Amino acid sequence: MSDWKDDVEILVHEGKISVPYSWTVGSTLSRFYCELRDNGKIWANRCPSCGTTFVPPKIKCINCYEEPHDWVELPGTGTVETYTVVRYEEPSMHPRKAPFVYGVIKMDGADTGIVHFIGDVDPEQVKVGMRVEAVLEDEREGNILDIRHFRPLA
Amino acid sequence: MEKVAIIGVGYTKYAQNSPLTFAEMVFEATTKALEDAGITRDEVDNVVSVSSDFWDGRTISSMAISDASGAYGKDITTVEGDGTFGALYGMMRILSGSFGVSIVCAHHKGTESNMNGITNCAFDPLVERKLGLDAVSSAALQARRYMSKYGLLEEQFALVSVKNHGNAKKNPIALLPMDITVEDVMNSRKVADPLKVLDCSPVTDGACTLILAAERQAKKLTTNKKRVWMKGVGHCSDAFRLGDRDLADMRALKKAAKRAYEMAGISDPLKEIDFAEVYDAFSYMEPLWLEGLGICDDGKGCEYLERGWFNADGKFPVNVSGGRLSANPVQSAGLYAMAEAVLQLRGEAGERQLDGVETALVHGINGMCGQSHCVWVLGR
Ligand SMILES: [Zn+2]
Repeated sequence: MSDWKDDVEILVHEGKISVPYSWTVGSTLSRFYCELRDNGKIWANRCPSCGTTFVPPKIKCINCYEEPHDWVELPGTGTVETYTVVRYEEPSMHPRKAPFVYGVIKMDGADTGIVHFIGDVDPEQVKVGMRVEAVLEDEREGNILDIRHFRPLA
Repeated sequence: MEKVAIIGVGYTKYAQNSPLTFAEMVFEATTKALEDAGITRDEVDNVVSVSSDFWDGRTISSMAISDASGAYGKDITTVEGDGTFGALYGMMRILSGSFGVSIVCAHHKGTESNMNGITNCAFDPLVERKLGLDAVSSAALQARRYMSKYGLLEEQFALVSVKNHGNAKKNPIALLPMDITVEDVMNSRKVADPLKVLDCSPVTDGACTLILAAERQAKKLTTNKKRVWMKGVGHCSDAFRLGDRDLADMRALKKAAKRAYEMAGISDPLKEIDFAEVYDAFSYMEPLWLEGLGICDDGKGCEYLERGWFNADGKFPVNVSGGRLSANPVQSAGLYAMAEAVLQLRGEAGERQLDGVETALVHGINGMCGQSHCVWVLGR
């Protein structure tokens, strides 16, 4: 039954899907990004019920499902909870060239971590527990890349 | 409660750049599963497919395999996630009383697209996606967190890769059967520290199908030897954003496992379960999930691994199939793991057959860094 299949030249079609989207950012994250863009400030929001402070801010507390409507400004400093040195290239996806470092940073005044780049440092020198501060871009557009990266605290 | 059995399994050989379309792969796996159960398509009235639109490169991709899965003229419904969740849905549809014999099929053609690009799209476009995160780099963040929380070493994770690639040598469908050493893993190309190439599963193509039936039909249609019972299942998910979780905290998996064990009447999983297929897409995951599954205490997975507990001839064999490290068709990986457990429980696992096994543990995940877990207890 499969005899003829062994002799078939299997063709491969190359293709690509490109569909544009316009995602609304919503009121909670829009406030966060507007503060970042216009005032160069990083704000978090806090759950009135359990006190958990979220950055980036959340629509609802993941623990109590309450609206975290208390807003607090963070000092911009934090501690590296975990990190990785990325060694592979994905030019269409990575905003910077490998090797570069991602970290989960526990910002001072917040209870959740924020994932971002760790920069201005030799990737081999990054450590868990390292103290870092946010470095903002000069030209800001209202998205997560308005934070350029976190760098070691001098 | 009524019991549900797995009465047939079928799958394609794991491949890379398979010459089959994904529909052809589903056709092959489903044909084999029906043959294995000894039934025809006419005896089935419910089909659950497991697929991913992004990976298939088309929307409503389940519709593209409705005929291949035997669903033409029948009811078909879809799960996007790991195959273990598809099996859960299949079982629930039977237990609802609305459906009888059911096909659960899953397919994945990883080699047709770019895994990093697709898993990047799993992240929130408003937050992490712009950073370029994907399944590999986020797993690396979890691996590092696990290491620093418990003082673990990369060499300990490497041992998982050595064990599972070695196990794959006895699995005729495995993609990467290999004799390797801890040094080989440590010296393999760095991908995203602490992960090296040999800590990561290969991009894989594969389709797998299970046939499920309620107790009465299972007994009518098949022999006792063919039936493997779905004794317990539990599932639970954690927060979406990586930073909202402690990546080394297994709270969701612990809940899922507790529910599965309670349903199966198991109080001491290590004693009462004979072996496990655990989701090891990255080497560090095996000991981490084993802790969440209650097989060992938190932070002790690597220690017991080093003592040989999880070897094929150990106290609690894990991933005797070679695991996901030896072949990982993402959407269908969990169904392959269930099929492997079925073969072991039926005594049909060939060279890798374990002695006298009665009860199996199968685990699948969905989402980044195990956001969601599905735990199965299967038994004779
Ligand atoms: Zn709260």
